[in-house]
Amino acid sequence: MSGATGLAGIYVPGSSPLHRLPVGVKLLGLAVCCTVLVLLRSPWAMGAAALVTAGLYALSGVGAAAAWAQIRPVRWFAVALFAVQWVMAGLPTAAMLTSRLVLAVALAALVTLTTRTSAMLATLERGLRPARRLGVDPFRLSLLLSLTIRTVPVMAGLAVRVREAQRARGVEWSLRAFAVPLVVSALRHADALGEALSARGLDD
Amino acid sequence: MYRLRLPIVDVARVAVFAALIAALGLVPGLNLFGPVPITLQTLGVMLAGAILGSWRAALAVGVFILLVAAGLPLLAGFRGGLGVFTGPSVGFLLGWLPGAALIGWIVERGGRSPGIGRLLVASLAGGLGVVYLVGIPLWALVGGLTLGQAALLTLGFVPGDVAKAVLTAFVARGTQRAYPDAVPAVHRERLRAGKEL
Repeated sequence: MSGATGLAGIYVPGSSPLHRLPVGVKLLGLAVCCTVLVLLRSPWAMGAAALVTAGLYALSGVGAAAAWAQIRPVRWFAVALFAVQWVMAGLPTAAMLTSRLVLAVALAALVTLTTRTSAMLATLERGLRPARRLGVDPFRLSLLLSLTIRTVPVMAGLAVRVREAQRARGVEWSLRAFAVPLVVSALRHADALGEALSARGLDD
Repeated sequence: MYRLRLPIVDVARVAVFAALIAALGLVPGLNLFGPVPITLQTLGVMLAGAILGSWRAALAVGVFILLVAAGLPLLAGFRGGLGVFTGPSVGFLLGWLPGAALIGWIVERGGRSPGIGRLLVASLAGGLGVVYLVGIPLWALVGGLTLGQAALLTLGFVPGDVAKAVLTAFVARGTQRAYPDAVPAVHRERLRAGKEL
């Protein structure tokens, strides 16, 4: 569980130097690393970057399983990219571009793995503060984010219940028979929630 | 003092739709077209457009993207975190923002009872057209590909996305018949009437 959000995040608890770095520093570091990755031109430099990334993962102590879970989703993209580039541009270019893609994903994932979801959310919210000058109410924005986080489990539960009802009616195969009741229930929930909030005087 | 005030009933609607988009990614995928399960997450995005209207839908998608960036594994397949934003599919995720907005814009112009044809055109234009328009160039940029190559590698997703756009149109129509307040124009009228009371 990731504290304030009440939803399990990707964050892996730990006390490594990476865990202890302030979020802003990690984000800046990530931006620098990604820029360097784009600028690298030789396979040797890319190999060094891979070693540095592996070293950072070892330092963080998040474990191989957590690392793989972050890279796994891009594996088919990486394979397709490697194949296309090999045919079009040759093996060295294919290896360079594919490693660059995988390393950028791995480094960005490392920031998330070592940062509490609540801390990241607070930093992102702070980043949105200038929107105030455009006329956005920061309190409403915070309310919107916390309401959403609280509503995710409610909607997941609703989806499971609608699925079960559908099974009972024997229309299990129909996506429409799943989605229409789900969306109507979601809207009913939203409008009841809105009335409850406005009854508590949040709409002045 | 804040010009872009969202009525509290709409704060609730936007939050619930952002949560619905997340929940649809958590529901196990359905195997309709062979071994690759299709997830219903994009259905949630397109429905947000058709039901919330343009900028409320973009706001719901924006909240969802923000939570993904913060590290909640809400993207289909339990993905999340900053890795998504340096990966190949970043454009297809960011494209949901203008995509949902365009769907909402087209549906809003359909008045009190948007027809199935309009809903279908909206879902295809926003859910496929705009999303690919943002997704393919960014995929090309991340992968060092030409636009043509990136487009070619995206072709495999087209059948599933078309199926979801068609499904969106029918689900939106069904929902708006069962719950008239799910039509953006009707909802706006009701809000205005509420203010005058």
